[in-house]
Amino acid sequence: MALVKVENLSRVFDVSKPWLNRVIERRSKAFLTAVSEVDFEVEARSTYALVGESGSGKSTIGKMLVGLLKPTSGTVEIEGIDLASETDATKIDAIRSDIQMIFQDPYASLNPRWRVRDIIVEPVASRGGKTDGLAEKLLEQVGLSVQDAGKFPHEFSGGQRQRICIARALASEPNLIVCDEPTSALDVSVQAQVLNLMSDLKDDFGLTYVLISHDLTVVRHMAEKIGVLYLGRLVEEAAPEDLFQRPKHPYTQMLLEAAPQMDGFGREVQPPEGEIPDPINPPPGCAFHPRCPISQDVCKRQRPEMRVLNGSRVACHLAE
Amino acid sequence: MADPVLSIRDLSVEIPTRHGIVRPVDGVSYDIQAGEILGIVGESGAGKSMAGNAVIGLLNPPAHISKGEIWLNGQRIDHLKGDAMRRLRGKEIGMVFQDPLTSLNPLLRIGDQLIETMLTHLPISRTEAEKRAVAALEEVGIPGAAARVNSYPHEFSGGMRQRVVIALALCAEPSLVIADEPTTALDVSVQAQIIALLRRLCRDRGTAVMLITHDMGVIAEATDRVAVMYAGRLAELGPVRDVLTHPQHPYTHGLMASTPLASQGKSRLHQIPGAMPRLDAVPDGCAFNPRCPHATDKCRQAPVPRVSNGQAACWYPLVDEKVI
Amino acid sequence: MSDFPIPVKPKSRLRIALDSDLFYTFRRSPVAMVSAAVVLVLVLSAIFAPLIAPTNPFNPASLNLMNGFTPPMTPNAFTGESFFMGTDDQGRDVFSTILYGMRISLFVGVAAVFFAMVLGITLGLISGYVGGWTETIIMRTADVQLTFPSILVAMLIFGIAKGVTPVEYRDQMAIWVLILAIGLSDWVQFARVVRGATLVEKNKEYVQAARLIGRTPGAIMLRHILPNVLSPVLVIATISLALAIIAEATLSFLGVGAPPTQPSLGTLIRIGQGFLFSGEWWILLFPAITLLALALSVNLLGDWLRDALNPRLR
Repeated sequence: MALVKVENLSRVFDVSKPWLNRVIERRSKAFLTAVSEVDFEVEARSTYALVGESGSGKSTIGKMLVGLLKPTSGTVEIEGIDLASETDATKIDAIRSDIQMIFQDPYASLNPRWRVRDIIVEPVASRGGKTDGLAEKLLEQVGLSVQDAGKFPHEFSGGQRQRICIARALASEPNLIVCDEPTSALDVSVQAQVLNLMSDLKDDFGLTYVLISHDLTVVRHMAEKIGVLYLGRLVEEAAPEDLFQRPKHPYTQMLLEAAPQMDGFGREVQPPEGEIPDPINPPPGCAFHPRCPISQDVCKRQRPEMRVLNGSRVACHLAE
Repeated sequence: MADPVLSIRDLSVEIPTRHGIVRPVDGVSYDIQAGEILGIVGESGAGKSMAGNAVIGLLNPPAHISKGEIWLNGQRIDHLKGDAMRRLRGKEIGMVFQDPLTSLNPLLRIGDQLIETMLTHLPISRTEAEKRAVAALEEVGIPGAAARVNSYPHEFSGGMRQRVVIALALCAEPSLVIADEPTTALDVSVQAQIIALLRRLCRDRGTAVMLITHDMGVIAEATDRVAVMYAGRLAELGPVRDVLTHPQHPYTHGLMASTPLASQGKSRLHQIPGAMPRLDAVPDGCAFNPRCPHATDKCRQAPVPRVSNGQAACWYPLVDEKVI
Repeated sequence: MSDFPIPVKPKSRLRIALDSDLFYTFRRSPVAMVSAAVVLVLVLSAIFAPLIAPTNPFNPASLNLMNGFTPPMTPNAFTGESFFMGTDDQGRDVFSTILYGMRISLFVGVAAVFFAMVLGITLGLISGYVGGWTETIIMRTADVQLTFPSILVAMLIFGIAKGVTPVEYRDQMAIWVLILAIGLSDWVQFARVVRGATLVEKNKEYVQAARLIGRTPGAIMLRHILPNVLSPVLVIATISLALAIIAEATLSFLGVGAPPTQPSLGTLIRIGQGFLFSGEWWILLFPAITLLALALSVNLLGDWLRDALNPRLR
């Protein structure tokens, strides 16, 4: 059964200048569509990855999944409950403790004035739960020592801090953890330690991960299903083997080609053309068409629907 | 072989702190030839940027060069001060940093910044400099260069801005470019463009490039030779293909093996136990010995052998240990 | 997980304070240490004034009008008594009046700053965290108040408050009105700084993590954001203390502050300046020097604190 069900999800930000400036400069309001009509499902106990470059809307989706942002339209259902529209406080509370998040910057995600013990048990303590020995138990589970509970965050390295973040995320015994670039601030060898820890914990606790990353190699290693985002739209969704061996969307193909490869010594890549367009004025039709090598007239006029193709889903008129 | 453009001999950098002296760069030696891209790779705290800063004389006091020599085109530069160093920095050494915004003056048109740099360092007229500014922007692939010389830095996207920085670094025709994480802040597709650009410029002009990065993929694709640093010391130095596919130093091997790409199809990534030592607690002997699976008493006591081309700083170099 | 020795025992708050960079820079700054010593001595002698002062200047029974205008360190012509800092017109020991006056000055200063701080932090946190119209109203009010000199604001508040208090309570209430007036004229800078710091902190991921688990805005502001915006507040509080002491002295000097029955340093200076040209310089000079020493060393301490807490200046 799907644990997370995202349907037709969109988020628009008002990026207008203040009212007075608009009047004086005679500008109209400006809106940025960060996420546009995205839908996907995440199976329980699986890892679903969202990849994309900056401005692809992957972090915005993550924030909507955990309830930090409200969708402009569309729904996010977790265990059948939509946080944005649910009115029953007990249900909201129950879902809240089932969802946790791990953030990108291990230096900003821990309150520098709190001791590690208080940081880890906060999700439980704020609901009045029992916290005796909880921090110590969790610290050991994430590979730190019991003595670390009394220390402050600045006494730890980046990798250790990310372990503390994971311990905090585990405290309320969640089902779903949204990981927003969990290792992109970490060194390669530390990244390996943290990714291994995440894999182990997933097996031990039966967790479901939504992994948000720009790093294709991390995503390929961790995920069972990968959604590729471009300019706020889901352009392709496939299992890792399919995506990396037989990418169907031209954007996915470009992304894979451009990514540096460790065995690509002296590789002469034809670097991709152009850059990501301005999300305030996205191109009409398929958002990728100005950079697409195979685009045709239909791509400029009509936005492609998501369709199933050889077990993958792809939003392209021409992919086959 | 011709004389190297840059030659660093046994360089050490020290920082006195209230807990004692720490050495973020410790006895490092390497050369860069004309037209060559040397990659400096290592994890944070390995001292890779500090070595680059030492070359351009941009160490923040109280950090200072405590030992060793830096030679640029046959001239010793590690003792140069103030004006002499500043002249050299603009003329002979170009710099590209991670954040393109901080390398450009936000209040000046990019054309003016290029022209000013050229007029300071090249014996050319203003009209000539203006012509060259447009040519420089065209060379780094900025569309509509003739019009865009009059734009301000904030009018460019991140990738375009980094191109401008590269144009600025190269406009005085330096013999050495130091690029410190030039693509880290950029998206994958833009990163590929920038790497291709750096390689083309280096090949066409015979500029030597020191490319500092933590990204093994960038190293593999962009560089000719690579120096691996660990805890301020050189662990291994050699042609990039040899070092990455057949690492001799156990640290290089661990580093390569722990990338997700090398562990494809495995459920767990290779892990190096422990963490890099803090600079005020570097162990005796080989700095890597507490984390090394092959360490013996010799590694814990005796100083490790020097790195030379094709020889790792290790008593027991790995033979035929293929990673990828 | 680490193979390298790390201290096992969790550190106590005191240990952390002694190991901190702040304490380290303090030990290396002679100015800061001297100022701190002066402040400490002055504050302690104000607190223990009844034990230190030779006489109680407010007890009419201990006063002898014959002792009036005794110069410092010289025996009085009539009584033969000698005073360290001389006496004033009513024969009160100047040293004792200074000690008692400093109590009033410090009390008014500290209480006014505390009041301004609580008000400023609360409004700053709310406007920074909540934003929108709440922020607009609070911060525009602050902007408007900033266009008036704060001493004028204080005098205005003082005047209004005096007008509404019944005559028989006026002297009793004077001190509290003074605190209210100085505090209200000073909250703006606390609010501005706290709002700025809150805007930075509220976007950090630890605040998002707290929102995620459903903590209320009040809990997030108090437990998460407040401890992280206190450093700049501490700096402003110290510098404000010096300003508040001077503001109180100014108001008292102008005759709208502490009543003659409870003279502060400012009141003493006002009384003293009347005798300056008749040759009784000590009645003015000693309170003035004390005020100067107090305000200056608090200010220097604030300066040092600002530099020490600002990593960019290090």
